[in-house]
Amino acid sequence: MIPRALPALRPSNPRRTILVALVAGILLALLAAPVGIADTFTPESGGSPNADQIDSLYKIILYVAIVIFLIVEGTLLWALIKYRARRDGPEAAQIHGNTPLELGWTVGAAVILVVLSVVTFLYLGDIRNPPASGPEGLASGLQVASIDQPDPPKGESKPLEIKVNGQQFVWRYEYPNGAFNYYELVAPVDTTVVMKVTASDVIHSWWIPKMFGKVDAVPGYTNETWFKAPRTGTYIGQCAELCGSGHADMRARVRVVEPEQYTAFIERQKRDIEAAGEALAEQRAQREQIEQSDTGVIRAKRS
Amino acid sequence: MATTEHAAAAAGSNGRLRPEVVIHGLEPEPKGWLAWLTTTDHKRIGIMYFVATFIFFILGGVEALIMRLQLAQPSGTLVSPETYNGLVSMHGTTMIFLFIVPVMAAFGNYFVPLMIGARDMAFPRLNALSFWLLVCGGIAFYASLFFEPPQAGWTSYTPLSDDAYLPGSGIDAWIFLIHLTGLSSLVGAINFVATIHNMRAPGMSWGRMPLFVWSILVYSYLLIAALPTIAAAVTMLLTDRHFGTAFFDPTGGGDPMLWQHLFWFFGHPEVYIMILPAFGIISEILPVFSRKPIFGYKAIAAATVAIAFLGLLVWAHHMFTTPTSTVVLIFFMLSSFAIAVPTGIKIFNWIATLWKGSIVFKTPLYFAAALPALFVIGGISGVMLAVFPVDWQLHDTYFVVAHLHYVLFGGSVFGIFAGLYYWFPKMTGRMMSEGLGKLSFWVMFVGFNLTFLVQHSAGLSGMPRRIYDYDADLGVTDYNLISTIGSFMLGIGVLITVINVLRSYRNGKVAGNDPWQGNTLEWFVQSPPPVNNFDVVPRVRSVEPMKDIRREVAKAGEPVGSVAQPVASGT
Repeated sequence: MIPRALPALRPSNPRRTILVALVAGILLALLAAPVGIADTFTPESGGSPNADQIDSLYKIILYVAIVIFLIVEGTLLWALIKYRARRDGPEAAQIHGNTPLELGWTVGAAVILVVLSVVTFLYLGDIRNPPASGPEGLASGLQVASIDQPDPPKGESKPLEIKVNGQQFVWRYEYPNGAFNYYELVAPVDTTVVMKVTASDVIHSWWIPKMFGKVDAVPGYTNETWFKAPRTGTYIGQCAELCGSGHADMRARVRVVEPEQYTAFIERQKRDIEAAGEALAEQRAQREQIEQSDTGVIRAKRS
Repeated sequence: MATTEHAAAAAGSNGRLRPEVVIHGLEPEPKGWLAWLTTTDHKRIGIMYFVATFIFFILGGVEALIMRLQLAQPSGTLVSPETYNGLVSMHGTTMIFLFIVPVMAAFGNYFVPLMIGARDMAFPRLNALSFWLLVCGGIAFYASLFFEPPQAGWTSYTPLSDDAYLPGSGIDAWIFLIHLTGLSSLVGAINFVATIHNMRAPGMSWGRMPLFVWSILVYSYLLIAALPTIAAAVTMLLTDRHFGTAFFDPTGGGDPMLWQHLFWFFGHPEVYIMILPAFGIISEILPVFSRKPIFGYKAIAAATVAIAFLGLLVWAHHMFTTPTSTVVLIFFMLSSFAIAVPTGIKIFNWIATLWKGSIVFKTPLYFAAALPALFVIGGISGVMLAVFPVDWQLHDTYFVVAHLHYVLFGGSVFGIFAGLYYWFPKMTGRMMSEGLGKLSFWVMFVGFNLTFLVQHSAGLSGMPRRIYDYDADLGVTDYNLISTIGSFMLGIGVLITVINVLRSYRNGKVAGNDPWQGNTLEWFVQSPPPVNNFDVVPRVRSVEPMKDIRREVAKAGEPVGSVAQPVASGT
């Protein structure tokens, strides 16, 4: 008789077995979580040190959070399962409170938060302050290398400054040489790019998840963020502040290229813009000429 | 009903207050709908509050489901971007201003007088005004469906909400909603404060006041503190839109950041306005169903007050991505951290209340126990968002959407449902179906987590909130599909409770006065309570007066069923 042979294995209460299995399943899933944590549970990163630093900071907080989560949900579930009313079960203990316990979890919670604050302050500098450009990056041209120096002194070149302006529903980028373009920002690799973010109509929010956190583009203000892309490639993002009917379509892209390509791009862009400007001026002049010469004719016709 | 007056101020010669009931004469009692329209009875007003707010809850829910359908797949074509922005704005505004805030007033209206042993609110007519202002606000707002709904979100950030960008009248409808519901809440809050301060039963000192009443008192003070700011802000917006001022218009020398400061100075306390009464509700339910006194009564009451105070000091954590100096960001990070301490205290005290209890698993307990389980997720993600460099990545993404729904649905709405199942027998005299109740709970619980858990990941992958469409290569398609399926489950779960309410109202088992062995005075009166609530107001000797009364009755050798007051004649 199998049941008699294995009395201990037969569950006395099927409901309890289900509950235990459920709890075990949840715990296992949570323990397995750090393995799959790489992408699903953390912010985007990899396009710039500030996004990487935010990612690291986030992970520290996440680990603390998981521990707290497990403690709270575990004790709650345990209490619900263990202390459910049963026939012939023990009477509820008439406890009104416990001051040391009360003080304990108050101080405990406060200590955890102090630790989190300290960790945040440790990371803050690296996230907030733009570093110097790297050796592969665009030379700023402000430091002049002497003849026996192949490069300007490393780590001292001034960051590249690009203006980013939000407008319904497109991003406009203006480069140091006066060239500008829309939608896709072109930037040199291994170069610290500081962006001055503005808006010309409503509030937008400038965000490329893999590179840096959001900065709001508020009309009347200049906001600031930076990135320093370690390798070439394209990074996507989009406006993150409701700005009207085209908000979802207000996409953005950063294309990171070699410094020479970047220089060539902004030079070409500048030439094209100037050429277009000249062509436009020429057309205007022509039209004015025509209008002037025609005015008499038109007047004659009208009268 | 006779016109009665509570001449509570009739002071005897020895200076002691002596309550008196004076009847001037008899007027014919209005019947039918007119009785409801003209009522000043706190219980009838409470019921009307419940019905009205649940209608708005259903409307807001339908708006949410349309949004989820649109987002189920990339390149959805169900609604246009303008309609989607309208849905975003109406869903948020409805749930906050027309459901959660006023439904707390519904609970407060019905149960505060009963729990403190009063015969009505301090100002019954103001109470009626409060309700009808809410209805007017709702109508003014929903009328915009017939012209153009607002499209700037429930936050209506300037300059988008200015006339240059949204010239339609939807924003104006929103402004009037804020004014009307704001007045409604303000009048109601003053009424609660006056009632709770002055009309408590003999012996009910501050230390013996039910925790739900504490939470409504704090809710009222928070409303009084926060509402004037938003009233001023929307008035300034109205004059910006129509009378040529430029408070928020940068082209006229105004400042769009001013709007955000004013809005969130109201908007963050508003979150605690929505969550604290739900905390209060489960602080009543957990001890009753674990057959134990609440653990740490003073700690929970003090934590409520501390949360409210700190809640006034954290508003700019909604503005971490704006051009603001680092030292300000640090201040608001630390103040937001600080608020996690009293919130944690509450959660630990609730768990300790269950600990070593003898827990009776009825539907109210399911919803009440789910509140800390779900709220803790929203609380933890709240701490993550308070770390401002992390917030730069998470702000305005679906991570925030998930966070706020864990707080406001997992917290507030599960608390509201717990309260509904707990107090339905008192309001109607009939029990709700336990089977349907538990079914509704599990469908809601699973549906809720399916909907919102994956939204954390969608946000972390870079999906901003308030977008009507997303690219397939953003990698959030699966999350969105799961979320949509979950949202419909959640909707079905809510629907089961609605069916349960409608069925049980007519056919439920007769409840009796005290079906749960409650701790507080509302279980002393009949179900539903008579118009005057109490013929005799019992003297309160502890925080659990009904337990004392049951003990006395048992001592006298009478059957437990005779605990409540005898049926008053003529009701």
